[in-house]
Amino acid sequence: MMTEISLNILDVAENSTHAKASFVEITVCADTKADRLYVTIRDDGCGMNEEQLAHVEDPFFTTRTTRKVGLGVPFFKQAALSTGGSFHIDSKVNEGTVVYAEFVLDHIDRMPLGDINSTIYTLIQCHGDIDFRYVYRYDEREFILDTRQMKEILGGIPLDIPEVSEYIREYLSENKREVDGGVIL
Amino acid sequence: MKSLEELKAIREKMQGKIGYRSEDESQTRVIVGMATCGIASGARPVLNTLSDEVQKKGLTNIVVTQTGCIGLCQFEPIVEVLEPGKEKVTYVKMNPEKALEMLEQHLIRGHVLTKYTLNETTKL
Repeated sequence: MMTEISLNILDVAENSTHAKASFVEITVCADTKADRLYVTIRDDGCGMNEEQLAHVEDPFFTTRTTRKVGLGVPFFKQAALSTGGSFHIDSKVNEGTVVYAEFVLDHIDRMPLGDINSTIYTLIQCHGDIDFRYVYRYDEREFILDTRQMKEILGGIPLDIPEVSEYIREYLSENKREVDGGVIL
Repeated sequence: MKSLEELKAIREKMQGKIGYRSEDESQTRVIVGMATCGIASGARPVLNTLSDEVQKKGLTNIVVTQTGCIGLCQFEPIVEVLEPGKEKVTYVKMNPEKALEMLEQHLIRGHVLTKYTLNETTKL
């Protein structure tokens, strides 16, 4: 069981990296009027066939060979459904996969979003060969982090040197605070 | 809003100073398990602590990377250390504090911290 929504996001985005994605888009969107938190993780990886897709939400189905259970997707689904939200996966072989989760913000069983900046930072630092686009929206305000833009400006300087790592950390924390006013989701 | 302008300044500053880091055979690899089991038991702060500290100390001979499930889920978070020419060392049930201690003692000073390794902790 995960303790933060952001850990579920990290786990499911790791699946995208294993699916040989070259681009992963993560959207976290809080709509306080509708009392919803929407999360989507979209990749251009190898996708799943119909059989895999039909079983992916089953904890006793996994493509892994080291053990017989796969709990990543079921954990995420359970976290969303237990708030009265919804969960859905679309996938096409050779095109990619999209995971949608909708949480009821005010529900007592909604786990905290947690350290989402750390999740995004970990993904960017550990997967230099994959491009990430991260959108964080809180009601009408939003910010976007796009590693393609960053790489273009940096022109060959990697994202995991100390100066750039520090910049990315500050970019995430300053902009998040400006978008949500420091509210704890 | 923090803008992308600052990145241009970093580029100007770093231009020409970055050597290509080749993953050669003299490098030590530090691998953190980042599957569901690892993440659920706290691998994210372990990984970030290790990679930040390696960056901060300028340990260019060490690469911190991640892997999926190693198959020992009950021992997560797991950190494996692969030094060239040496046997793999598996640290289990790690946390950021233990990871820093391991970095200091093992990766910098060369003493394997057996109190946190798989063999020691499984002797029950």
